[in-house]
Amino acid sequence: MTLWWAIAVVCAGCYALKLAGLAAPRRVLDHPRVRRFAELVPVALLAALIAVQTFTAQGGLSFDPARAAGLGAAVVALLLRAPFLVVLASAAVVTALARIFLG
Amino acid sequence: MEQTTSRPAPVRDGLGVGLAVGLSGIAFGAAAVTAGLSVAQACVLSLLAFTGASQFALTGAVAAGGDLLAATLGALLLGGRNTLYGLRLADLLRVRGPRRLLAAQGVIDETTAVTMAQPDPGSARTGFVTTFASLYLTWNLTTLAGAYGTSFLGDPGVLGLDVVGPVAFLAILWPRLAEHAELRWLAAGAAAIALSTTPFLPPGVPVLLSAVAALVVMSR
Repeated sequence: MTLWWAIAVVCAGCYALKLAGLAAPRRVLDHPRVRRFAELVPVALLAALIAVQTFTAQGGLSFDPARAAGLGAAVVALLLRAPFLVVLASAAVVTALARIFLG
Repeated sequence: MEQTTSRPAPVRDGLGVGLAVGLSGIAFGAAAVTAGLSVAQACVLSLLAFTGASQFALTGAVAAGGDLLAATLGALLLGGRNTLYGLRLADLLRVRGPRRLLAAQGVIDETTAVTMAQPDPGSARTGFVTTFASLYLTWNLTTLAGAYGTSFLGDPGVLGLDVVGPVAFLAILWPRLAEHAELRWLAAGAAAIALSTTPFLPPGVPVLLSAVAALVVMSR
C-alpha cells in the first residue's frame, strides 16, 4: 500500500463517515450503546496516539527527554487555559530548547 | 453600554472558531512534511479528508514508520465520531440532495460545537455555514503555508515540530479529560495498552488495540 493510496482511502472514508451520519435514519442515534461507544472510542484512540508518538520509536519503547519536556510544557499551558496555538507553540519551543541544551 | 456588534451571534461564533482553529493548519502542514509527506499530499488531506484528528493520526503513523493499513484504519476510526455528529446535525440542518453532499464535508468537531450552541434552527444553520466556510478556507491556506515553509527546513526536529502532533491530540482531548474522571481512567488505560503492546505488534496496531479500553469501560 503506497502512501497515496492510504491518503485516498482516508479521504474517501472520512467523507463517507460524515455523510453517513447526516443521511442515516434518526433511530440509530437513539441506541444508547452506539452513542456511548462513539463517545468513548475517540478518547481511547487519542490517548494511545499521544503515548505512542511520545514514548516509542522504531517499534520499541524509547524516552526522548526533549519530546517529554515539550509534552510537559503543553500540560502546563493547558492547565493555564492557554489557547490551542499557544499550547502547540510552547511545546515546540521547549522541545527545541531542550534539544539545544541537552545536546 | 450600547450593542457593540451588529452581526448576529452565530456569525460571530462561527468566524471566531473557524479562524482560530483554522490557523492550526500550520501545525498540520508542518507535522505532515516532518513525517515525510509531500506538500501536495498534506494539501490533499486538508482539502478532502478535512478532519484534523484523522489527518494527524495518519501522518503520525507515517512518521513512526508504521504499517499504512493500520494507520489508515486508525484514521478512519477517529473519523467515526463525525458520523455521530452528523446524526445530531441532520435534524438541525435539514439539508437534502446536492446541498447535503456539500454540508457533509463540514461535519466535524468545531462546526458541531458552534451549531449545537445556537438557540434556534435558523441560527444553527447560519453558525454551521459560517464555521464551515471560515474554517475550511483558513485550514487549507495554513496547511499549504505550514507544509511549504517546513519543506525548506533541513531537520524539523531542530524546531521541535515533531512534538506538535501528539500535543495537538492532547489539546483536543484535554477538555473532556478535565470534566470526567472516568475518561481519565480510560485515557490512561488506552495509553498503557498501546505502550505495553508496542514491542510485540506491528506499528499502528497497538493504537487500534487501545479501543478495547473503551469496551471495558462500557461493560462496567
